[in-house]
Amino acid sequence: MRQYLLSIYQPDGDPPPPEVLDPIMAELGRLNEEMRAAGAWVFAAGLHPPSTATVVRDSGGETLLTDGPFTEGKEHLGGFTVIKAPDLDAALSWAGRMARVLAPLAVEVRPVT
Amino acid sequence: MTTTGDVEHAFRTEYGRAVAVLIRHFGDIDLAEEAVQDAFAEAVRRWPERGVPPSPAGWIITTARNRAVDRVRRESERARRGAEAVRLSEPDGEPRRTAPGEDDLLSLIFTCCHPALAPAARVALTLRLLGGLTTAEIARAFLVPEPTMAQRLARAKGKIRDAGIPYRVPRGTELPQRLGGVLAVLYLIFNEGYLASGGPGLVRDDLTTEAVRLARLLLAVLPDEPEARGLLALMLLIEARRPARVGPDGGLVRLADQDRRRWDRVLIAEGQELLRDCLRRDRPGPYQVQAAINAVHADAATAADTDWRQILALYDHLAALSPGPVVALHRAVAVAEVHGPAAALAIVDALDALDRHHPRHAVRADLLARLGRRSEAAAAYERAAELTANGAEQRFLRARRDQLRKGIPA
Repeated sequence: MRQYLLSIYQPDGDPPPPEVLDPIMAELGRLNEEMRAAGAWVFAAGLHPPSTATVVRDSGGETLLTDGPFTEGKEHLGGFTVIKAPDLDAALSWAGRMARVLAPLAVEVRPVT
Repeated sequence: MTTTGDVEHAFRTEYGRAVAVLIRHFGDIDLAEEAVQDAFAEAVRRWPERGVPPSPAGWIITTARNRAVDRVRRESERARRGAEAVRLSEPDGEPRRTAPGEDDLLSLIFTCCHPALAPAARVALTLRLLGGLTTAEIARAFLVPEPTMAQRLARAKGKIRDAGIPYRVPRGTELPQRLGGVLAVLYLIFNEGYLASGGPGLVRDDLTTEAVRLARLLLAVLPDEPEARGLLALMLLIEARRPARVGPDGGLVRLADQDRRRWDRVLIAEGQELLRDCLRRDRPGPYQVQAAINAVHADAATAADTDWRQILALYDHLAALSPGPVVALHRAVAVAEVHGPAAALAIVDALDALDRHHPRHAVRADLLARLGRRSEAAAAYERAAELTANGAEQRFLRARRDQLRKGIPA
């Protein structure tokens, strides 16, 4: 079995209002349950907005901190799921279901080394 | 006996199969390619002395397998990688659908044409792993520098390995959709050969030949897929016109002006026979309908004999199966023959999505000329010439433009 990181990208700015967001999150929860039942689920988490991020670098033994995300863009990483799958087709199939729940957000699939 | 010819023939017909078998065996694309190339190099040395073995394909695979084992032993580092990280995703215990080599070959085709790879990478990998073309040859065919093509191939192979693109034939409902992707890659290779997107010559025979060979191979392993049959029929019926399509000066000769006695009757007969098989199966698809359109052209002894009403009916069918502006453009050509150039021009003028597609401007120019709107027609020919990078086609389009400007009848 291989592992894949499924990253959810969303546009910057306020999230949709609860009447839109809540049913989507409930649907996503059900999909996570289904992944668990299938033995595919490894880990999943949603993230606070990029404005809460801190970037840490080391410069000659001194820790440098920068307020904000590593890259500024129009979209940011909003959450992720790590799954186990026998091959890319199986991973893409789970990612496709996730993208259907989250449409029009994009889901990036990357193999874990 | 021409032994060099024998090796060359074996290379053309067996390279892809041998690579496919070796990938199944060793799970490493690069190792498989190197071992098969070693085996052919060995054949070049040995077949002239000892004669061609009774089963050239079997000899190549056995020799390649031995060479691969040697390489793995020699490069112990690689052996570790071969056993661990470089392992391709290969499901265990799946029943084989076909004979050993064929199942592997089919798996390799579907891996090369996987939708998670960029279209240009699918084409390059298919030509490389199934056609045995060198990186330099593929780079030349697609007019990119060799290092760019080498990088494209390395990146694609790396993704197959690291992302776990499976090495297997899609099952059940997945198959028709994935097969569509494979057929699209083969047709892309064919079209690039039929009308090179750039360069001085009009056609590149090597690519059309390779596309036809791969389509034959695919049909041999998937005989019950009507669209695979339809695609081969389509390629053969178009390929049949090649001798008449290029004039003595290397320029383009339009379908209406071609010397039909020069069409290849053997290819036409084969294409028509394949199409009859399709009709018996009665599961029409876009490639079958396009083949049928070309079969109607093949039936006409002269351009004037063309049954345009039937062609228009087939285009209506095609537009229903796969709607889109390119099909609408081709349909407009049939509309012009059945209902006149004015009706066709209205359709072509509405195809704004094709503003950078040179055939749209060439068709528009022809319609304008037939309506006597000569200066507009000349401008449209010029626009078409600007938009194509194919030298032979440019010369053809500019010659038409000049005829219109000089007042010579089109």
